[in-house]
Amino acid sequence: MNYDYLIHIGILTAIYMINAFSFNLSLGYTGLINLGQMALFGFGAYASALLTRLLGMNVWVAMFIAGLMTMVLGMVLALPALRLKKDYLALVMLGLSFILYALSKNWISLTRGSLGLPGTVKLFKSNLNFLIAAILIAIITYVVLKKIVNSKLGLVFQAIRDDELSAAVLGKDIFISKAIALGISAFFAGVAGSLLAHYLTFIDPSIFDLSQLVILLSMLIVGGLASLEGTALGVLAIVLITEPLRFIGFSPVLLGPMREIIYAALLLIILIYRPRGLLGKVDID
Amino acid sequence: MIEKILSVDNVHKSFGGVKAVDSCSFSIDDGKITALIGPNGAGKTTIFNIITGIISPDNGKISFMNHDITRLSVSRIALSGMSRTFQQARLFRYLTIRENLLLAKRANDEEMKSLLASFHCYKTLDTVVSELSYGQQRIIELARALLFPHKLLMLDEPTAGLNQRARHELKLVLRRLRKEKKTVLLIEHDMDFVMDMSDEIIVMAEGRVLRKGRPAKIRNDPKVLEVYLGK
Repeated sequence: MNYDYLIHIGILTAIYMINAFSFNLSLGYTGLINLGQMALFGFGAYASALLTRLLGMNVWVAMFIAGLMTMVLGMVLALPALRLKKDYLALVMLGLSFILYALSKNWISLTRGSLGLPGTVKLFKSNLNFLIAAILIAIITYVVLKKIVNSKLGLVFQAIRDDELSAAVLGKDIFISKAIALGISAFFAGVAGSLLAHYLTFIDPSIFDLSQLVILLSMLIVGGLASLEGTALGVLAIVLITEPLRFIGFSPVLLGPMREIIYAALLLIILIYRPRGLLGKVDID
Repeated sequence: MIEKILSVDNVHKSFGGVKAVDSCSFSIDDGKITALIGPNGAGKTTIFNIITGIISPDNGKISFMNHDITRLSVSRIALSGMSRTFQQARLFRYLTIRENLLLAKRANDEEMKSLLASFHCYKTLDTVVSELSYGQQRIIELARALLFPHKLLMLDEPTAGLNQRARHELKLVLRRLRKEKKTVLLIEHDMDFVMDMSDEIIVMAEGRVLRKGRPAKIRNDPKVLEVYLGK
């Protein structure tokens, strides 16, 4: 094990953390079953990669615009679904994953299809600098989301999660509040995706893979819903438990399934012995 | 002052083949406590839900402070000045007492504590409401409805789940509201409470308004007795 590897893991952990913080805002704090989190993440990655490739945009600017584009996409797509029951939002957002996957694979003139987009501009030449930037962005995400969840708006999000009707009876606009929650969440998912694109310098349709959603959900459930500190712990726990598998000597063929077994076992243990996760404030029901 | 703060005009609502509310019409005087009574299945809660926008009527019209609110959303009706509680306390279960009350109004801790103390509830404001007993949860819901800025307070079975002391305190609060000329519409099964607290009573049966009048008149009405006690 060398420093480069540790820096690589650190960067991926920070990116996961931003995405998981964002996911917790929609799922944990607002109760929106958003199964399209990885679609938003992937959209942000593609948007940022294309903005820098095609328009020669500055990476930082592209990252911000990709976040905004993801926010608009999340809100527009969710608008019809937000008026419906929770399960329909889940279906619409899951559908988004499949649509974006198909688009990224088949819109070859734009995305190069399965070949992916190589040569995406790297944010920093030095991975250490990238790590520092990723950690800083993760901290900024945490601080901004913490401010939001502790604000009056955040209280409305949590009220909607607990009882939509009671929130409406207190004059809260459920539809607008949900759209705002999803929009903010999508923005940070887009930024996280953009960071990944400008770190790996290559993205392909596998970014929309649903197995990534399972990892993200595991992180959230282990850490606990409606707790950003719990999310940070959940991400660290999953990374620290699964990464050492590389050094035990499993063949690469076994490594993937082994991780999935560990995610499943962890989820079972958490659900049985600690239904709110490590620091969660809400039951997983 | 608007004389009739709320008017329900020929409202119908069916669920499948069942007529829950049938040609229901009544009005509520401003500054009075009106009780809506009737046997189970009379349509009282359904009409509450129609007034507050939770259920859309099949036809008919609801006017609140001279504005048609029939097709408005729940939140817009609430913001027009209607506050309510539910038959079963509906609180934000993972939030604290303070947070539950803050969602109704930006009140300070002292205001919240003194309101809760008027119901002999001395729990710390940081208590998560799911840790409270059912009676205490009802008190928090009542306090929340009282805090929410309103012109009309609608209480669905407010004494259910309350102990004697809390019931007594509720009476005191309602008397204070009456003195302050606040308008209250309540559904209640405790007839002693209804007769004691109401300025006017509306009796519903089979989705219709059967009688409307002062408690003394309703108490001895043979039609009302028949509905409650049978022929």
